[in-house]
Amino acid sequence: MSILVNKDTRLLVQGFTGSQATLHSEQSIEYGTNIVGGVTPGKGGQTHLGAPVFNSVHDAMEAVQPNASIIFVPAPFCKDSILEAADAGIKLIICITEGVPTLDMLIVKKRIDELGIQLIGPNCPGVITPGEAKLGIMPGSIHMAGSVGIISRSGTLTYEAVKQTTDLGLGQSTCVGIGGDPIPGTSFIDALKLFEADEQTKAIVMVGEIGGTAEEEAAEYIRDHVTKPVISYIAGQTAPAGKRMGHAGAIIAGGKGTAADKIKKLKECGVHIAENLLQIGAKAKEVLG
Amino acid sequence: MNLHEYQGKQLFAKFGLPVSKNKVITSAEDAINACRDIGGTKWVIKAQVHAGGRGKAGGVKLINTPEEAVDFSNHWLGKRLVTYQTDAQGQLVNSILIEECTDIAQELYLSAVVDRGTQRIVFIGSSEGGVNIEEVAENTPEKIIYEPIDPLTGPMPFQARKISKILGLNPEQSKEFSKMLPQLTDLFVTHDLTLLEINPLVITQGGKLHCLDAKINIDTNAIYRQPEIQEMHDPSQEDPRESEAAMHDLSYVSLEGNIGCMVNGAGLAMGTMDTIKYFGGAPANFLDVGGTATQERVSKAFKIILADPEVKVVLVNIFGGIVRCDLIAEGILAAIEDVGVSIPVVVRLEGNNADIGSTILAESGAEIVSLNNLEDAAIKAVELSK
Repeated sequence: MSILVNKDTRLLVQGFTGSQATLHSEQSIEYGTNIVGGVTPGKGGQTHLGAPVFNSVHDAMEAVQPNASIIFVPAPFCKDSILEAADAGIKLIICITEGVPTLDMLIVKKRIDELGIQLIGPNCPGVITPGEAKLGIMPGSIHMAGSVGIISRSGTLTYEAVKQTTDLGLGQSTCVGIGGDPIPGTSFIDALKLFEADEQTKAIVMVGEIGGTAEEEAAEYIRDHVTKPVISYIAGQTAPAGKRMGHAGAIIAGGKGTAADKIKKLKECGVHIAENLLQIGAKAKEVLG
Repeated sequence: MNLHEYQGKQLFAKFGLPVSKNKVITSAEDAINACRDIGGTKWVIKAQVHAGGRGKAGGVKLINTPEEAVDFSNHWLGKRLVTYQTDAQGQLVNSILIEECTDIAQELYLSAVVDRGTQRIVFIGSSEGGVNIEEVAENTPEKIIYEPIDPLTGPMPFQARKISKILGLNPEQSKEFSKMLPQLTDLFVTHDLTLLEINPLVITQGGKLHCLDAKINIDTNAIYRQPEIQEMHDPSQEDPRESEAAMHDLSYVSLEGNIGCMVNGAGLAMGTMDTIKYFGGAPANFLDVGGTATQERVSKAFKIILADPEVKVVLVNIFGGIVRCDLIAEGILAAIEDVGVSIPVVVRLEGNNADIGSTILAESGAEIVSLNNLEDAAIKAVELSK
């Protein structure tokens, strides 16, 4: 088993014919992902990377029945693309694009919650279940099927955690990049819930960073509801207050959201802390025995 | 992106909120006319910088003659104001706000933020104004109200009444506030704000509500659709290296240390800074060079990092995802040559073709230490920085 995506995933790519979508779709197909089609308004009827192009998600729904969608459209159009996929009945939507306005996300989040849709991102690397399906921009080669579930707010930092768990022979059940924005579609808690219920997952690595209180909320959830061991690393211990550290959500504001506060809370709730990013894999190995 | 107080008040006025009659000047010559245009016999004069704590630093003054406005302007224009919120260099004063004087009966606090927990715009109000709101939250939480706005309904009159109660407003003022709340929400949504703070919101001697200060932050992601706000951008209030980096689509934040950092990905960039600290060094900056570390981007990143005279060594940490590390290595070499880097560079490459990339760097003859492991690379960089 795994969570969210597997070999039965039928993927639709929104913004299919753009350069980023093309590059990453090629890589995903090579990895074995079943891309059943793509959407680029005005280019319906064409074939791209061997898959049909549609003018709308609704057209694609009728013709090829995708059960997941990945979005590469530019930030100003993401609100529309997410809501289009939602309206067409897709239940898993992954938005890779960075730079979506926060107020757009407030509206989108409310709507997808009402519809019971799982949105991953925006501003995220996507989701991969090693050996089965890659829905995202992560390098497939560093992954290995295994027992660690990974959840992260950061892209390349996730790759570090993946590489370490692969090198130590643990492998990953599924890796979920929830993204670095202040209003993410999926929270740490949503992903923890899924990993807790997944048989293949024996331990969970949660990679957090400064800003907001998502890690603190996750810590309480772990204490109360998660029986599997959780290992956490928090980036930004040296970050100054009041400065946005790349990600829109990575900012210490009004004294809140520091790495020290998060680590303290996580420790109190029984989470295993990797003090340094180099120790994430080793900590997972130690915990799994 | 931050706005100046006077810009915030322009937006307040545009949305019908009560602000003092005011003038903005950029030259001391205009001070006398500004005071006369405003009228009256008492004015408040305020240096405009993107930082709080101006009053204590001498950047705000109550004046009784227009000549004092000239003196104040001569003193501050072109100088840097240092407050507890700025760094030691302070912020450049290039504009000054002159306002009619308000007789204050009581100071209150009001703000609105995008709250990540409730995923709503939340209004925060308190009867304790003019002070640090974090302290009020810590010491007397019962004096603060947090009121989330449903995006479907917008702010409702009952919510204005709830906030009014905590602010301690009388029925007349509460009615006024019921008008203000939708105006503030409208401003927040129309211009893609992430923060709007009025500290203090005052009750005048005449019993009216009045916005005495204005602090506004705009969502950087939404700037593309805010032409009016783009016009308000004041680059003089930002670290020049950070502005330069932003122009090239690089995320850069300068820090106090001496190890320059160039990393792909924001999370890994923070993680790299932490690793340097862990091994006893001090990072000079945060820099996310982006997912595709091309030669062009790496060159720009080197230029920005090396503009900091404190930097003694540069640590490049690239986790090559989709992009092959041999291509990244060639890009780094070309950038080093192009920029003329003369200090040691430690490079850690990981990902596709990392070995080939490292070999290219090792055999280049450039002053590069190439290590595949982040631990070794961080230790080496720290050693070279001492």
